[in-house]
Amino acid sequence: MSFDLVLEHLMMVIASVLCSIVVGLPLGIASYYFPRARKSILFISDVLQTVPSLALLGIIMIFVGAGKATVIIGITLYSLLPIVRNTYLGLSEVDPGVKEAARGMGMSRMYRLFRVELPLAFPVMFTGIRIATVNAIGTIVFAASVGGGGLGSIIYKGIRVMNVKWIALGTLSLMLMAILFDVVMGIIEKRLNQKFSGPSVREVAE
Amino acid sequence: MYGMSLLRNIGIHLMYVLVSVTFGFILGLTLGILLSRAPKYSKIILPILSVFNTIPGIVFIGILFLYLGMVPMTVIIALSIYAMFPILKNTYVGITNVEQRYVEAARGCGMSNRQILFRVELPLAMPTIIGGLRMATIYTVSWTVLAAMIGLGGLGEFIYQGININRNDMILLGAIPAAVLAILLGVLIDLLQRKVTPRGIRKEEKSR
Repeated sequence: MSFDLVLEHLMMVIASVLCSIVVGLPLGIASYYFPRARKSILFISDVLQTVPSLALLGIIMIFVGAGKATVIIGITLYSLLPIVRNTYLGLSEVDPGVKEAARGMGMSRMYRLFRVELPLAFPVMFTGIRIATVNAIGTIVFAASVGGGGLGSIIYKGIRVMNVKWIALGTLSLMLMAILFDVVMGIIEKRLNQKFSGPSVREVAE
Repeated sequence: MYGMSLLRNIGIHLMYVLVSVTFGFILGLTLGILLSRAPKYSKIILPILSVFNTIPGIVFIGILFLYLGMVPMTVIIALSIYAMFPILKNTYVGITNVEQRYVEAARGCGMSNRQILFRVELPLAMPTIIGGLRMATIYTVSWTVLAAMIGLGGLGEFIYQGININRNDMILLGAIPAAVLAILLGVLIDLLQRKVTPRGIRKEEKSR
């Protein structure tokens, strides 16, 4: 019974993180190329993450209606910050010498971006994706209150009827999911870093 | 016509946030300092704490609700615990990231361990600690919305009622002040962070 909920939860997480990457990557690249846009892009994604998640979901629900679409849009916006910020950070930390060399070889701007800068920035970007994913797993608990289902619904139900078993079941699956993603993606991250031994990965104060 | 209850709920919301962040800050700072003195134990304790950190706030509130009932204490305890995590983590990271040569220089100047902690390590770690405070505050504003779920008021009251009876204006009445509150507190803490950053390292700060 609760496996469906786990799957539902997982699908929402994956969908919103994917959307977040699709939206966040170009924004991160834009803030790397256009210093003027950088401030407003980072500010807006910061504000989006600051807004209480349930408030954000409530506002979106007014326009989109209750259901999964609301959740996915909400969590996509919510996960933007780590992805945008780390894309920008990763790109700006690429060794200037390497950039010069690429330019010296006559690579065009686009070619440099896709062949040199993005690959070298990838480990840092991946850290952003990991943070976004783990955050999303926790935040999607709120989906239950805007009709999105997922593991939040069993926790809510448990609280409402005072059933500790349901709460514990929901929480444990949630924790397991978060830890699993964190660990597995952490391992991938380490591999990437060894492979590229590029810019150092930072995630101190997020 | 909602004016009065809006003000009251903003007040309640703010009260929950301030009280629990204060408790969380005291707890997190103390434990963070203690852990930084005992790096051996912290290697075991920190991962355990970060596992607990993955528990969503609603579970804390929900479980405490079952044991303590519908009292404001439930929300405050749950949120204090939740607020503690980022502050603890950042205090620990902030202190252990202080360059060893500064500590050694301080020791060479004849400072006692306590002086080193309060005069050197804590001031240098302060920007990171306040970064943790910011995260804790913003999370707390967000999770306080859940107080309404167990009937304890706050801005979540409007959001939940609005969702239940399908009234958009009520959702906005709760959501917009909650959003503004979080943003305002974030800005305030950013100002505080600039203030507590020691003059010598102020220029370095690039991206938090």
